[in-house]
Amino acid sequence: MSEVAHGPLKTTPLHAMHVRLGARMAEFGGYDMPIQYRDGIMAEHNWTRSEAGLFDVSHMGPSFLALPQLGGGDEAHRKVAALVENLVPSDIVGLAPGKVQLTVLLNENGGIIDDLMIGRPAREDQQGQLYIVVNAGTKENDFALIQQAAAGVATLHRADDRTLIAIQGPKAEQVIEAIFPEAVALTFMTFREIEDTPYGNVIVTRCGYTGEDGFEILVSAEHGEAFANRLLDDHRVKPIGLGARDSLRLEAGLCLYGHDLDATKTPVAASLSWMISKARRERGDFPGAQRILAELKHGVPSKRVGIRPLGRAPAREGTQIQNSDGETIGVITSGGFGPTVNGPVAQGYVDSSYAKAGTPVRLIVRGKPLDAEIAALPFIPTRYKR
Amino acid sequence: MTTYYTREHEWISVEGDIGTVGITAFAAEKLGDVVFVELPETGKSVKKEADMAVVESVKAASDVYAPVSGEIVEGNQAIVDEPAKVNEDPEGAGWFVRIRLADKGQLTGLMDKAAYDAFCATQ
Repeated sequence: MSEVAHGPLKTTPLHAMHVRLGARMAEFGGYDMPIQYRDGIMAEHNWTRSEAGLFDVSHMGPSFLALPQLGGGDEAHRKVAALVENLVPSDIVGLAPGKVQLTVLLNENGGIIDDLMIGRPAREDQQGQLYIVVNAGTKENDFALIQQAAAGVATLHRADDRTLIAIQGPKAEQVIEAIFPEAVALTFMTFREIEDTPYGNVIVTRCGYTGEDGFEILVSAEHGEAFANRLLDDHRVKPIGLGARDSLRLEAGLCLYGHDLDATKTPVAASLSWMISKARRERGDFPGAQRILAELKHGVPSKRVGIRPLGRAPAREGTQIQNSDGETIGVITSGGFGPTVNGPVAQGYVDSSYAKAGTPVRLIVRGKPLDAEIAALPFIPTRYKR
Repeated sequence: MTTYYTREHEWISVEGDIGTVGITAFAAEKLGDVVFVELPETGKSVKKEADMAVVESVKAASDVYAPVSGEIVEGNQAIVDEPAKVNEDPEGAGWFVRIRLADKGQLTGLMDKAAYDAFCATQ
């Protein structure tokens, strides 16, 4: 495999910790990140689904979009929310205090620029601010876009020099309860700030990228390692690398930007129509609305689906999908082995007429057709705390 | 019985004109948990340094190359049924195939254990 020359890689506040723990490091999103630790990807994946996994996700793009003055109630919220609604198809103005919305940034063709989380603070004195988290690989462009959309009204404050830690798994709640008892009252896709903790002020969101219950916690860079060490002191917690992060999210049916989502895919094609709020559909006031509304009405040529190879061979990104007549009907955009499913799993796009779960297809792997079927997502039951 | 090693991290243990082939512990450790193995069919002719088998971990697929030219006389079904065996015992029970060597002279170009260990230290 040829090496692409990089500038010096960026590092997160936990970089030294990963190296100390014996992580195998590699580049991701411009950062030097842990792919796996000593136990390996399979063990890390399985640990996350039975105990609690600790993920360093500080390479991502947490940020705050804020009016010059905060605390102006619903009106202040509406003002800042309207700015981001210029970029996304979801109802941000109508977001309840303390709620987080998973949505997408759209280009003028209705194509996806990135997927991101937008949160409305619960606190009265923070209305007029949004907590926005974007992906690592696209954050420079995303931040520029958001700042441009907000120009003259609100300022984007980057927080990607801080530590962002995900703790995921059935034991995550008990682990966090011992450190931030207030966090336990959060339900899936809600967040809050907790002040004056031993790790300074922290922002805790009940969300994740694994299909398990868990939290993502924003801590200052100075307190990051101490907080990570405190988590690792809990025998229920082990560090998890990006390798297992990918197999976990793949089993959970979650998208990876740049693979399952890109600028050529609309949210309708990506099977993310639920992100397009009813109020926004009625107003048609988001980028690419004409195309997207037409797709919602008349359908799309090709849709994102789950694919389950029926044998043991994994089918990876780029694998051609054929129908039983040998005609090409799609392509795999993410694929690998699912340790929990104990078999190969994949996501991809197929011609809509083949998109129903159970439809038999063939996958061309190393030049040979392998039997597979379209599968409903997720591959495993999700365990969000609703 | 003598064991030789290749720069692609295969080992071959030769007795008479039959060589048992596998991937080294170094390769298995780098690969991580093996989840799938595809072996060539018995009777197939293989050429030195050409693709012979496939081994996949959670993250990626890797090619296993034939250390020597010859004919596949046996494939290890045990690792097809239980790919984890490759990680458990890569240089023993985790063997891949047995080859009838076409040209024993090809062995002189391979490394012995000491040379292979020195080679791994540079990887």
